[in-house]
Amino acid sequence: MEIFLQQLINGVTLGSIYGLIAIGYTMVFGIIGMVNFAHGDVFMLSAFIALLLLLLFTQVFALPVGIAFFAVMLLTMALTALWSFVIERVAYRRLRGSFRLAPLISAIGMSTFLANFVTVTQGPNNKSIPPLLDHVIPITSGGAYDVTLSYKQILIVAVTASLLAAFWFVVQKTPLGRAQRACEQDAKMAALLGVDVNRTIALTFVIGAALAAVAGSLFLLHYGVVKSSDGFVPGVKAFTAAVLGGIGSLPGAVLGGLAIGLIETLWGQYFSSDYKDVAAFSILAITLIFMPSGLLGRPDVEKV
Amino acid sequence: MNDPLSPVSRALKDGAIGALIVGGLGFPVILFRADPDFNNVLALHFRWPLYFIFVGIGFVLRFVLSLWNARRAPKIEVHAAPGKKRGWLAPAGLAALVAYPLLVLALLGPLPALKWVDTFGVQILLYVLLGWGLNITVGLAGLLDLGYVAFYAVGAYAYALLAPLTGFGFWALLPACGLLAAAWGLCIGFPVLRLRGDYLAIVTLAFGEMVRIVAVNWDVVTHGEAGLFGYPGLTFFGLPFIPGPHGFDAHFGLKFAGVHKLIFLYYLILALALFANFVSIRLRRLPLGRAWEALREDEIACRALGLDTANIKLTAFALGAFFAGIAGCLFALRQGVVTPSSFTFTESATILAIVVLGGAGSQVGVAFAAALIVGSSELLRELTFLKAVFGESFDPTQYRMLLVGLAMVAMMNFRPRGLVSTRQPTILLKDGAS
Repeated sequence: MEIFLQQLINGVTLGSIYGLIAIGYTMVFGIIGMVNFAHGDVFMLSAFIALLLLLLFTQVFALPVGIAFFAVMLLTMALTALWSFVIERVAYRRLRGSFRLAPLISAIGMSTFLANFVTVTQGPNNKSIPPLLDHVIPITSGGAYDVTLSYKQILIVAVTASLLAAFWFVVQKTPLGRAQRACEQDAKMAALLGVDVNRTIALTFVIGAALAAVAGSLFLLHYGVVKSSDGFVPGVKAFTAAVLGGIGSLPGAVLGGLAIGLIETLWGQYFSSDYKDVAAFSILAITLIFMPSGLLGRPDVEKV
Repeated sequence: MNDPLSPVSRALKDGAIGALIVGGLGFPVILFRADPDFNNVLALHFRWPLYFIFVGIGFVLRFVLSLWNARRAPKIEVHAAPGKKRGWLAPAGLAALVAYPLLVLALLGPLPALKWVDTFGVQILLYVLLGWGLNITVGLAGLLDLGYVAFYAVGAYAYALLAPLTGFGFWALLPACGLLAAAWGLCIGFPVLRLRGDYLAIVTLAFGEMVRIVAVNWDVVTHGEAGLFGYPGLTFFGLPFIPGPHGFDAHFGLKFAGVHKLIFLYYLILALALFANFVSIRLRRLPLGRAWEALREDEIACRALGLDTANIKLTAFALGAFFAGIAGCLFALRQGVVTPSSFTFTESATILAIVVLGGAGSQVGVAFAAALIVGSSELLRELTFLKAVFGESFDPTQYRMLLVGLAMVAMMNFRPRGLVSTRQPTILLKDGAS
């Protein structure tokens, strides 16, 4: 029981990170119908940016860790957003009218580029930082296993929840959110009614990348280690989360993220940790084959 | 446009913006590098010169591009005249391929020739075979298969497991490997048939990764990361390539040399690759191949015309997988050891890049792309002075994939139908119609 509770806590933490990345997939898919394959690598890049900035602030400027981490997160969001803006401009914008697989192939190329760019500039090895924010709150004690809740986990879940609330407000209540939803329904019509479609799509990429950057910083904080091949598997898992929740649906992405996080940790605990990636990949395949609209998505109607 | 700025000052402004953007992109990732110091704690190194070189490149590129755009008159789309048929290209290339290993052997002698036949001959041809196989699935039928490497792995593992188990020779197992992989292609293809293009790609990716993870973890059969080795190697119609009186070399009165086995493997792969090429060229003229191409262009129209899309997709999947299985078997023979690390997603991406850069659907283009992508990084590895410039840890394969990624993006943006693609439509009205 205690172990189950502990894995539940770990799963929710991991799921929050997946959920943040999944929003990037789901928004881009919703607005231009493209699987942004490079998003996982953008997440990895953001974790590296966070790592380097953290070292800069703590070692060179000698700031206290708390302030440094806060500044790192904000700056990482800005820099990752810039990357994503440039990527959209360079790799995807011209392809909107091209044949259907063109954006996906371009995204695979971009993903390959980003992973190897980081390998070339930072080396292929693991980069680990000393643990930050190591306090834990004991929840149960005296049993067979002491369940703990760490400050990090609280921080991750709190940051995720508050960002989602802010993000929800943006999509539902602001002109930008309205423009986004309009482009999602019918980009041509939205353009005729005076919505700047290019700008809206670019902003969608930027917001997705900023959320991925938060996920990257939190990932670094939680695990304390990152390497250049870390974009692929979390990227596929976050995409699974987006698909499971129903691609195009924002609450679905978060729900899917939590589900994947929980399934992964519980599977690893009770079945076999060697095959925990297989669990996530099978969910991806099963969902796409049998339930392509996911838990909360709208069915995909093919118009001729 | 009534632009108050002159072209040059406008270009300067654009250049400055370009420099700023590159500066922002490279700020932490290029400027700093984190490496563990003696206490194994990460320490930052500053790389100002490198950073400013990149910023400078950003400025110059944007500046030149801006000037170029200003000078260019509004573009009028001119449809290129149908290219001249380069009918001599394929036969000349073929002749060069046939002569290559013997030429290398004659010029360099048996020992130095080993490396040239192996890395530049056998390895590239293996990728050509894989590229032509994947081209059936991606180029002809338009099904993006991101898990192609799974079938390659099935072929390699099938040979490495079956050869000691059954005692069959290589000739019996080669088609068996291909058929096993094709069966896997059917198994994986069947559930994903209903999916639309990009979902299909992602599901095949998931299947491909699952095959690899199973190969890593199923220790009893695959021996995990250590892999399989010690299985019987290549024989020349029953004659093993070993020194001694019973080997191939003694039988033909030759002096023993390891390169002979590789030359035989080279011709074997060449023959099989040409067979794959022949099959796909012939199939394109058959109803099946036409159905593939029609499916690629418009699936809904195909269904409306009464084509059985499920069967057509399955054959494309299975045939592509068949050639991957054959390539896997040959890979096992070349390598002498089969480990899961040879079958990562990067490998799938490389093969896909070969097909995409070759111009999906073009056979000669795929062969060129394979030679370019695989050959160039091997060539870079040979140039030892690069190590002096870039440092000891310089590994050209990393740069290769970096450039391949960029090339895929560029290809999709500028020449989405391929670089060398001179392919004529399979069916054409002879005259009158344009």
